[in-house]
Parts: sequence; C-alpha cells; structure tokens
Amino acid sequence: MKKIIVVGNGMVGYKFCEKFVQQATDDTFKLTVFGEEPRPAYDRVHLSEYFENQDAKALEMAPAEWYVENGIHLVTNERVVDIHRDSKTITTSKDRTFTYDYLILATGSSPFVPPIKGVEKKGVFVYRTIEDLEGMLAYAADLKKTKPNAKAAVLGGGLLGLEAGKAVLDMDLEPHIVEFAPKLMPRQLDSRSSKVLQLKLESIGLNIHLSKATNQILGDDAIVGMEFGEDDVLDVDMLIVSAGIRPRDELAKTCDLEVGVRGGIVVNNKMQTSDENIYAIGEVALLNQMIYGLVAPGYDMADIAVKQVLGDATAEMPEEIDMSTKLKLIGVDVASFGEPFMPASKGHSIIYEDKTKFLYKRINVSLDRKTLLGGILVGDAADYNMLHQMYMNSMAIPEEPAQLILPTSDGAAAFGDVMDLPEDAQVCSCESVTKGQICGAIESGEAKDLADVVSCTKAGTGCGGCKPMVKDITEATLKSLGIEVKDTICEHFDYNRQDLYKIIQVKGYQTFNEVLDNHGNGGHGCELCKPVVASLMASIHADTANKEYAIQDSNDRFLANIQRNGTYSVVPRVPGGEITPDKLIALGEIAKKYDLYTKVTGGVRIDLFGATLNQLPLIWKDLIAHGFESGHAYGKSLRTVKTCVGSTWCRYGMDESVSFGIELENRYRGIRAPHKIKGGVSGCIRECAEARGKDFGLIAVEGGWNLYVGGNGGATPRHAELFAEQIDNETVIKYLDRYLMLYMRTAKPLQRTAAWQERLEGGLEYLKEVIIEDKLGIAKDLEEEMQTLVNKFECEWTQAVNDPEMMKRFNHFVNSKEEDDNIVFVPMRDQKMPEPWK
Amino acid sequence: MITVAKKYKSVKPDEVKVWFKAASVNDFPKDGGACVKYKDLQIAVFNFARLNTWYATQNLSPEKEEMVLSRGMIGDHKGVPIVACPLHKKLFSLVDGTNLNGDLDPIATYPVKIEQEIVYIGFAD
Repeated sequence: MKKIIVVGNGMVGYKFCEKFVQQATDDTFKLTVFGEEPRPAYDRVHLSEYFENQDAKALEMAPAEWYVENGIHLVTNERVVDIHRDSKTITTSKDRTFTYDYLILATGSSPFVPPIKGVEKKGVFVYRTIEDLEGMLAYAADLKKTKPNAKAAVLGGGLLGLEAGKAVLDMDLEPHIVEFAPKLMPRQLDSRSSKVLQLKLESIGLNIHLSKATNQILGDDAIVGMEFGEDDVLDVDMLIVSAGIRPRDELAKTCDLEVGVRGGIVVNNKMQTSDENIYAIGEVALLNQMIYGLVAPGYDMADIAVKQVLGDATAEMPEEIDMSTKLKLIGVDVASFGEPFMPASKGHSIIYEDKTKFLYKRINVSLDRKTLLGGILVGDAADYNMLHQMYMNSMAIPEEPAQLILPTSDGAAAFGDVMDLPEDAQVCSCESVTKGQICGAIESGEAKDLADVVSCTKAGTGCGGCKPMVKDITEATLKSLGIEVKDTICEHFDYNRQDLYKIIQVKGYQTFNEVLDNHGNGGHGCELCKPVVASLMASIHADTANKEYAIQDSNDRFLANIQRNGTYSVVPRVPGGEITPDKLIALGEIAKKYDLYTKVTGGVRIDLFGATLNQLPLIWKDLIAHGFESGHAYGKSLRTVKTCVGSTWCRYGMDESVSFGIELENRYRGIRAPHKIKGGVSGCIRECAEARGKDFGLIAVEGGWNLYVGGNGGATPRHAELFAEQIDNETVIKYLDRYLMLYMRTAKPLQRTAAWQERLEGGLEYLKEVIIEDKLGIAKDLEEEMQTLVNKFECEWTQAVNDPEMMKRFNHFVNSKEEDDNIVFVPMRDQKMPEPWK
Repeated sequence: MITVAKKYKSVKPDEVKVWFKAASVNDFPKDGGACVKYKDLQIAVFNFARLNTWYATQNLSPEKEEMVLSRGMIGDHKGVPIVACPLHKKLFSLVDGTNLNGDLDPIATYPVKIEQEIVYIGFAD
C-alpha cells in the first residue's frame, strides 16, 4: 500500500481528500492529512459569517466523521515541521515521523503583517482563522464594556480587508478602512468602479482613508491609534491587519525545493514541485510565476494532483486560468471577469455608471465587437453569471453590446436564455459542473428539483455565486420536460398562498380537509400548509383560531406564546398603550396570584410568563373579568399600535396620536395576515412612537397625517416609506384598509409588509396607483372585505373560556388533572425563570 | 434530568404486556394530538384521522427535553406521517420516531389500539 500525506487541512487540502475519495477505485493508497488548526477544514471564504452566528460547525467543509468514514486519517492540532526527501519522511511538531510515497503540500498562506513599529501591541489582529475571530470578538466585547463607541480599523482595502470590514461592522464597532493605494481593491477594480464602491461603502457608514502609509501604531500596551504622517493620526481601539497574503512555503525551504523569489513553491502544470513525488496546490503553489489566491483555481489544482497521483499522466492545469470572481463585500456586489483592465489596443470598453444608485458596469469587447473580453460590475452583479459564461464560451454578443449592461425598461435581459449556453459551459467553477451535467441529472430522473440537483452534482456548494444560474437552468430544464415549477407553499399543494386565497374565497371552503381533498396532491398536510390555510380561513371568513384548532400553528392552538420550557406567556391587549391604574393593578394582582414572571414587552404591553397550559384559561377568566381581551401576541396578526402621548398632553403635539392609535388598534385587532403587523402613531415629527419602524406608521404634520408603509425592526430593519401626505383620519383608514387587505391577499406565507412591497412589480409607485388611484378598480372590494372582518371581530379567549368543549384542550393530560411534572423554575432577580437548557 | 429521555423506550406490538386504558377517542382532536399520563411517563397520542390510524410517542422532545410533542402539528412528509415539535419545528416520523430534519435521537414509539371507542396504549412493563 502506498502512502499519501497531505500537509494542510484548509479548503484546498480538504478538496484534495474529497476528489481523492471520488476518484480512487481501490485501496492502493492510504491517505493521512495534517492540519495545524484544532478543527477540520472550514470554509474560509465565508469566514465573516462567523460573526453573525458564531457557529463554527456551519462553516465546516465536512465533519470529522467524514474523514473516518472514508478511511482518511485526519490529524489536527499537529504541524508538519520538516521534510526529509532522501528518506521520504516528514516530522511533526509533536516530534513524530511518518513516511510517504507522495507528499501534497497544501499549506496555504498566512496574512502578511507589514513591519510597522508597534504592530505587536494588544488589540492588533490578523484575519485568517476562526481562532483569530474568537480573539477579536473577545477583545471587542471587553472594549465595549468601557467604551461603547469604540473604533476599529482595517489595514488594507483589498478584497480581504473589506471582508474584515464587514466583521468590524458586525462587531458593532465604528469601522475604518485604511489603504495604502489611492483606491479600494486596486488589483480588481479600475478607478471609476473603485470610486463607486467607495461611495457605497461610505453611505453605509464605513470611514475610508486612502493613500495612507502607516508609520507606527500608537499606544503604551494596547493600540490607541495609527500614525500616518506627523500630524495625521487616526484614533482607533483595535486594528485588523489585512494587507495581503504570503505563501506558507517554509517547509520547501527546509528540504531545498525550488521556491520563487517572492515566495511560493514552484510547480509545473502537473502541480509537481522540483521533486516529482512532492506536489504543491492552492495558495502555496507558484504556477506560471503566479500565486492564485482564489478558491476555484485551488480546487482545480487539487483535482489535477489527485489525477496525477492516481496515474493519469495527461492531467494538467489549463494554460489560461480563469480569475473571474463574484463577491458580496459588506453586502455590495463586486465582480470582475476575463480582462477587467484592457489596453485600448485590444478592444473597446463600454461603461455604464450611476452614482445615485452606486452602480458601475463595464464590459470590454473585441475590436470587431463580436466577443466579450472581460468586465467589472459593482453594485449589481446579477448579470455576472451570464456575462461570465458569454466570455468563457466566446459566445456571440448582441449587435449593440451596450444592451448587455444598460438597464432595460421592461426588465428583460438582453442575453437570451440560459438554455442557449453550450452543454459544456462550466456553470459552477468551484466544483467544475457543466450545464450539461445539470440538465443530465434532471433528464435522467436522478434530480427532481433544485435541492436534488445541488446534492447530486454539488453545483453551488462552493462559493455559491452560481446558485441563481443553477436555479434558472434547473427550472428551464424541468419546464422543457413539461414539469411545472411554482413557488408552491409545500409538497401538499401545487399552489402558492395567493392562489389558495382565491380558491378558498371563490369556493367558500370552511375546513382544511375540504381544501386539501379538492385541491391537494393526495397527502395529508404538514406544518407548512396547515397554518397557511388556517390564516387564510381567518383572513377570508374571520374565523378565530378556536374553530379548527388542530391546524393552527403551536401558539395559535393554545392562544398563547410557548416559551423555552413549554410554559406559555400571556399578553392582554392594551390599545395604544393607554391603561388605567385599576387595570394596571389588576394585571399585577393576577400575575401575583399565578406566580408569573412579568415584563414590559418591546411593543410596550405587559407580558406574563410562566403560565402552564392548565393555568391559561384560569388566568384569562380573571383577565376578562377585569375588562381585558386577547392581545393576539401569539398570532400572525395585528400586535400593537404604539403611540406617543400626542397633543392631549405633549406641548409639541400636532394631533391626538393616542386617540387615533387606539382607534386603529381596535379596528384591526384580531385580523390574521401572512405575518404579524405592527403600527405606530406619532403626534409630531419628533417621532417618539417610532412609527416608521412599523408596518404602518402615522406622523402628525400641519394639515393632517403623513402615512408610511412597509417598515419593520427585526433581522432586516426597514424604515417605512412615505405613502401619502397630509391626509385626514378617514382617508388614513381608507388607505390602510386597502393596503392591509391587498397585503393579506397577495403576500407569501410569513412575508412581512416590507418584503412584500419591495418585491411587488412596479414597487411603491404601483402600490400608490392601486391603493390611492384605484387603477385596478378593486379598492371598494378591499374596503368591504376589511369592513367585514372588522364587524365580525370576536375575542377568541372570551369565546374559549365560555365553551366547556373548547376548554378541554387546555389540559396537559387527557387522563389526569395534574400538571406537567417536567417543568422546573429557578429564581432570578426577585422573579423566576425556566431552568437553563443543558 | 439527563435520565428523563432514558425512561422512554420504543415498544413493538409483540412486546406489549400491558394495554393501558388512556381515554375516550373523543378526548383527542382529529388530526392532532394530546398527552396521556402513564405511571411517571408522558405519552403523546395522535389521532391521524385522515389515515384512520392512531400513533403514540414519547411527549418529550429530544432536542431540549421539554414535554411538548403532543402539542405539535401532524401531517406527512413525502408520505411519512410526522409530528412537528412546537419549539423549533423538528420533525419526527410517527412510525419509527426518526428525526427527519436533523440528527436528533429518535423518539420512542408505542402501539395503540382502539376498542369500543376507548384508546389503549401498549407498554412492555
């Protein structure tokens, strides 16, 4: 048996293993992999995602078990420190020796730290490994305790530097980017596109400092600033150095392998070093006098090395290596392909720039204007895949090449169809998947949908940049086979939510089974379609959640919010946030009686936590006796209308925001929608009710209300957009009735108003035409439907506690009056909380 | 607490020694579930009316060890009858207890029989 040792367990080292497992046909070889980091290979390209979720597992290329299952011996936390070519052995940092027949060097690169005075100070980091990130997170957290508005700089405005900039933003520090060159991303972008990128990044709050040579890092023990010139200092509390990479070629030097003048292990196009039994792949390999710092060429190198080791002497790297790339940097699309900077002697450049939208597109075409030579896209790279394919396959381009980048009035692409691509067009360059392979997987019946295509071809599993194109090809192929592709709600229905809305409304169905039996696919429903139908029944017939409780989502089923330990929280409605002292006392008395944890919610209501299922109806009987009703905090329905105190008390108030807020909350209470709805009413432009952060918001101005729609907080905060100005109360209600009803009719399941209106064709202008000008002639219908729901409102808790049959479902056991004995509370700040999860 | 999950072991039909009389069929919602107490066990019982079949599983969700499965929605995924845990929508096969969208431990399943409108659950002890 022959022994292969892979030195380095990064993305390319892992890819060698993966390709090896796929291609090796027998057990001639035994593979051993050494990684110096504590964990198996992970996706460094998406490293900044770690700041969002801090889930190292999610970044793993494959779990440790994968190596075991495939007979690969993975050794982590152990660095190879020496190679002895004469005895064909290596020595590790733990002083162990191993022999090899073939050695694969995939040691990658390390961050280049320029020799700046003071660079060793505390608070200076590099950006490469998960451990680096953990160090930064801990340092930033400490920093913020004493200095909430701390600043952090990134040294380097290249591709990796901007990635690190995203990390600074995610750590909630004031971000600065310091670049030596006069522009950002000097290697990938021309001056104009670089400027557009800079403007865009500045607009989202990054401070960019160009043409800055850092003389020294200031501070005694920890960094406090960076000095560029004598009087040119930037105060920062943390620094991330991202000034380029250096190949990790130190092993080659220990055994006299040929290395380049500026580093990198010299390889031929078979990926062999100057020793034919030693290969180098990835960022450590110097091929054609170049270090290729991208994942796709690294993966190709891994593939060639595998083939060579397995005996395919003809496998070689192509002469021209594609360095095209598409990235999302701090949320901004940046892409370049082919020859981004082209000398005028070779062809013509066509440039489209719109600084108001932070857009820049450049394509370079041949002198005869027949082929595409390269280009740059900043701000919107949706067309990258298609342009890249046209370039790679030397496809014919339109007679007017400008059409490829000019915005079209009808939104149609000038490219024609993805199906026009040649069969051997490489769609996924990370995994080398061609269009033919994708179509083939579907035509053979192996893949039935996008998820199948991804799992059987691996397309889109690398950098993910080709996903939109993979999706388009999949859908087009399915369509060509006569298989319809729709955004159906789940496997049980071939309809989307809007279709089902119409079906239920027209046919007048009353139960889930009627809908499923008449329009389903023969299955029995699931956790996706049941709540959707339940919500539609409520939106159409004003059904409460009591009617068909087994199809309700968990919270609606018990009219309360399930919490961590299976107990519930209770939120009574307090319209507009106005509450009498007596009612406030009643809430306190009830909370005391049932020993509930009490907290004011984000929507300024009072939430009572820790109620067992059996207690819920008892608590509600008490609440109802004191004049409360359900607050629908558990439903995809109107939550609160938050108000400021307005002109009734406030010396600045322009109108009675509380009175109007109460009126609106009482009007829309209980209606079920695709997602929760929140409102806000402010008495003046100081906006104390934060109305623009709500699905609908009103701000009192001279002469009436300004109406805003489509805002929300949450994971993707949005300010609501101005919809109508200086309108009176009656008009507000008219527009809101129409707006909310249209949303309820047409949105996707669990889509907030912001996402819905953003994806509406024609956008806000179209919405105004439909709602204000009644372009579609449906305004009256919408108002009538809403009025029906308003008239039919009934408090579902009052309904439940007055019906012994409905009350039965609030027992933990069907055969005992006992409560769940698994619930454990522990004390916390004079109240209680559920025992922490293990 | 760590031992709670260990109390639940699947029972095959031929292993049943005790048929526990749980409650009347009318005590369970159609196409939904409710919880039955047996000794110190909590058993989730589901009336899958559309399939005309009854299922019983542990009430304990193995994800966070909370007694909630009987409150989950039921249905099918590619033909496999499932319950969705109300906490994070983890799906479990009602037939063999397998977690279909993750690698959680399977939940224990128990035989159910209906005689004269009464629901019985089968236990091995």
